[in-house]
Amino acid sequence: MIRAIATIIWRDVRQSYASGGTWLPVIFYLSAATLFPFAVGPDRELLLQTGGGILWIAALLATLLPLDRLIQPDLENGVYDQLIVRGFSDELIVAARLVSHWLSFGPPLLFAAFLASGLMGLEGAALGTLLASLAIATPALAGLAVMIAALTAGLKGAGALGGLLLVPLAIPLLIFGAGSLSAQGGSALLFLAAISLLLVAITPFAAGAALSAVRE
Amino acid sequence: MTEALGCVRGGRILFRGLHFALSPGQAGLLTGPNGVGKSSLLRLLAGLLEPSAGSFSAPETKALCDDRLALDEHLPLEQALRFWARLDGKGTADVAAAMARAGLDHLAEVPVRYFSTGQRQRARLARTYLANARLWLLDEPANGLDTESVEQLGRALQGHLDEGGIILAASHIPLPIAFDTNLRREPLEELEACL
Repeated sequence: MIRAIATIIWRDVRQSYASGGTWLPVIFYLSAATLFPFAVGPDRELLLQTGGGILWIAALLATLLPLDRLIQPDLENGVYDQLIVRGFSDELIVAARLVSHWLSFGPPLLFAAFLASGLMGLEGAALGTLLASLAIATPALAGLAVMIAALTAGLKGAGALGGLLLVPLAIPLLIFGAGSLSAQGGSALLFLAAISLLLVAITPFAAGAALSAVRE
Repeated sequence: MTEALGCVRGGRILFRGLHFALSPGQAGLLTGPNGVGKSSLLRLLAGLLEPSAGSFSAPETKALCDDRLALDEHLPLEQALRFWARLDGKGTADVAAAMARAGLDHLAEVPVRYFSTGQRQRARLARTYLANARLWLLDEPANGLDTESVEQLGRALQGHLDEGGIILAASHIPLPIAFDTNLRREPLEELEACL
């Protein structure tokens, strides 16, 4: 069973890196970070104060980019049907998808955040906090993406609906994630970790229920 | 194998009180007009739908061959099949054997997205042969196949029956094997009017 799940995860990860889909959020993230200094001007103090928050918002927006490729293609192609026939549960399928999506989304996004923070002039402790908060939040962002992709799979205009769904669900992450960047942000990271765990824990059940509802 | 099985889809009763049994080595043929619930019955037996009434028992291992390919379009056929082979605990030799049975061995290196309708159907069949399954649930397995491929399909089906497998197929195209049971489904309209 473990080997079978590893096979499923490996297929998704390989497909994601091979199709170049992994790098789209990264390029988007870097472009957003590049545009921001042009928009507000090269004032170093201002960039230092706002840069972390902007990088957080860019991370949320980057979450939206792969939504239509997460669940829809495999659902349409009957891959999930075939997995169910082989005795895998919806929850297990989605949990595997969460892991594979995080593997192709989390590390590249952290790498991009590291590059982009240079453009904002973030360094030292501030850079460390930003990367830590994003590292804690990427599993939750991946979970949200998988949940929303499963809920909107098969709908017309799923992309726009996905954006609307993500905004309210991501607010707690943004509050504590960007909050951890301020001077008294120590406990914000702990809250962020708690919310991240919660979102990761409910993803298999919420998205699994959505998948089984689509089949009916 | 099935006991008073009923299925409701989209608020409509597709079938009810359905009884039939197939023992190892037997094949059943589902026929009837479109929309009568043949595919739904196959999906139900595959475990993809819940029966609204009744129960059924089926072998642990099942293979479903419906209109969906479930193979990665951008991958060469052999690699795409290998994913399912790994899940079913099969090796490279089994993939080659399944492709040969479906008459696809010359297309092993061709990405699936370039396949024609008939070749896609044969790829679905190869995926079904590859699965380690006792029960084959086939939804229009001969769709898009030329005469020779239908013969080839018949040999594969007969081989599965000879090994003690069970087949339930819905098909409008005559399949070249002997069916033990013929389940002819009729629309339920008149029946419902009586109730």
